[in-house]
Amino acid sequence: MGIRFDSVTVAYDGNVVLDALDLTVEPGEVMALLGPSGSGKTTALRAVAGFVRPASGRVLLGGEDVTDLPPYRRGIGMVVQSYALFPHLRVDENVAFGLKARRTPRNEVRQRVAEALELTGMAGYARRHPRELSGGQQQRVAIARALAIRPRVLLLDEPLSALDARLRSGMLAELARLHRELPDVSMLYVTHDQVEALTLADRIAVMDKARLQACGTPRELYRSPDNAFTASFVGGANLLPVTVGAGGVDFLGTELKVDTAEAVAGARATLCVRPHLVGLGEGPNRITGTVAEIQWRGATHRLYVETGGHRVMADVRELKEPPLHGEPVTLHFASEDAVLLPAGVSHG
Amino acid sequence: MAEALAEPRTARGGARPRGGGRKPAAAPRSPGALLWALPPVALLALFFLYPLALVVRQSLHPDTGGTSLQPYSDLFASEAFRHALWTTVWLAPAATAGCLVLGFLLSLIIAFVPFPGAKAVARFIDVYLSFPSFLITLALLFIYGTTGIVGSFQFLTTPWGVLLAEVTYFTPFVMRPLLAAFAQLDTAQLEAASSLGARAPRIVRQVILPEALPALAAGGSLVLVLCLNEFGIVLFTGAKGVTTLPMLVYGKAILESDYPGACAVAVVNVLISTGLYGLYRVVSRRAGA
Repeated sequence: MGIRFDSVTVAYDGNVVLDALDLTVEPGEVMALLGPSGSGKTTALRAVAGFVRPASGRVLLGGEDVTDLPPYRRGIGMVVQSYALFPHLRVDENVAFGLKARRTPRNEVRQRVAEALELTGMAGYARRHPRELSGGQQQRVAIARALAIRPRVLLLDEPLSALDARLRSGMLAELARLHRELPDVSMLYVTHDQVEALTLADRIAVMDKARLQACGTPRELYRSPDNAFTASFVGGANLLPVTVGAGGVDFLGTELKVDTAEAVAGARATLCVRPHLVGLGEGPNRITGTVAEIQWRGATHRLYVETGGHRVMADVRELKEPPLHGEPVTLHFASEDAVLLPAGVSHG
Repeated sequence: MAEALAEPRTARGGARPRGGGRKPAAAPRSPGALLWALPPVALLALFFLYPLALVVRQSLHPDTGGTSLQPYSDLFASEAFRHALWTTVWLAPAATAGCLVLGFLLSLIIAFVPFPGAKAVARFIDVYLSFPSFLITLALLFIYGTTGIVGSFQFLTTPWGVLLAEVTYFTPFVMRPLLAAFAQLDTAQLEAASSLGARAPRIVRQVILPEALPALAAGGSLVLVLCLNEFGIVLFTGAKGVTTLPMLVYGKAILESDYPGACAVAVVNVLISTGLYGLYRVVSRRAGA
């Protein structure tokens, strides 16, 4: 069952926190809402759950307008960062809570609680209390509790943010498996972590300043972002201010050959190049500058090269003899690895 | 999967800051620490324990001279005492129950139903706690008293009048800890319950109430002890038929100049209070509060 935002606007005290969001999540799709804090992504999720009322616009679940339905009648599973387990109830009682609220027959409750715990790998912990479980285990119970009611859609609000890095990647794989086992459940996944979004989502909706900035598959957004914010937030990027010329662009007097088919000659634009696609040494499109900073990251070196007041980042394979601070270097990139974006405010 | 399951079961208390944690065993005390403890202990002994001992002693010395349990046997034989004891013993728990129900409902509204001025009301509760108890009774007299607004029925002079006044006055004592507990409650829990299909009554019963139990126990036991010993309210309602133990102490000591009798009643009152307090400690420890 899909989710549709139909021009949903949410405002608190005249402050618009979600501005006319139009977005459709297809049945069975995992949609990530990706953005920095204050971008409106959590507000969008809470509008689906029914905890915020849109000032205008409609929220539809599977074609049904639920804008005026209270949360308890929406049939939604929700998982939040703080787990929100009921501390005085055992794990199985937590999972049974939603079923009992729906007056499910007792033997069916038992069966579905067992199913949900089995699905999340928590079957052995049914009689424990939440406080006796680790963070990762508590989040599994929260997911089991949300799934036990067989929700129409599953809302996940920064579900992994409270977990440490090692556990997070494990849970990420776990969520991907859950999605494969429940192909009909749409998931709306709110996160500020681009790795989670790129790993898990079928499509990513990038949010900033209460607005939807871009929406597409992770590959589309990464390969050909359509604005500077998306480029830097999804994957990180060098964003260079350039002027469009004939068959290339001008960056601080340096001619760079890139595809300018969609740009008007003479217009100002932003050139986007991923750091790992920038090489050190001579090559087709050269940028010269001095090393402002160099970081060793194990398999790679991250270079920050200062050129005309701009810093260009380059991730190169670990160097045997890395350049020193202040040393002049030449960087290069292939024409096909650069994307020309309309000029905009760079978000660095 | 297996990797994540094998992680150690470290208990993370989550959003439940409760006083469950035992304090570490006290370090061996130095003589200096004992010296510091001396002044407060001496003060306590001089101003509290010594007078209390005098009361107990007086209660064992009837006016006829000598040391005997005569005041006590007189007391237990007297109809007035048994009546006062019974009044005290049913009035206090009834008032406590009233305070708990009313306080819980009012706190729920203040904490969870957004309305303009909720903060101001919560702040007023704090001010209310500083009012003297007889002030409430006096205010009630203006409404229900013989010369009051609805003064045609003699309501205040019955035990029900005392009950009303005590519930009115002591309810904020229950609300204070409850509001603090509600402020600690993770609203994500309420939202989770709601999205799982629970309506307000079920959320109150199964999510809020269990979390509020320690606060209810704390507020309730405080109010119970305060009601047992309440004097001002009973005096001000002027209820002739309503004599509680503190009233009886006052009557015997001031009106009848029967000091041994008054002291004996006082000792009984103290025993009931401390007994109830002890019971509360046992119960609350078992409840893990």
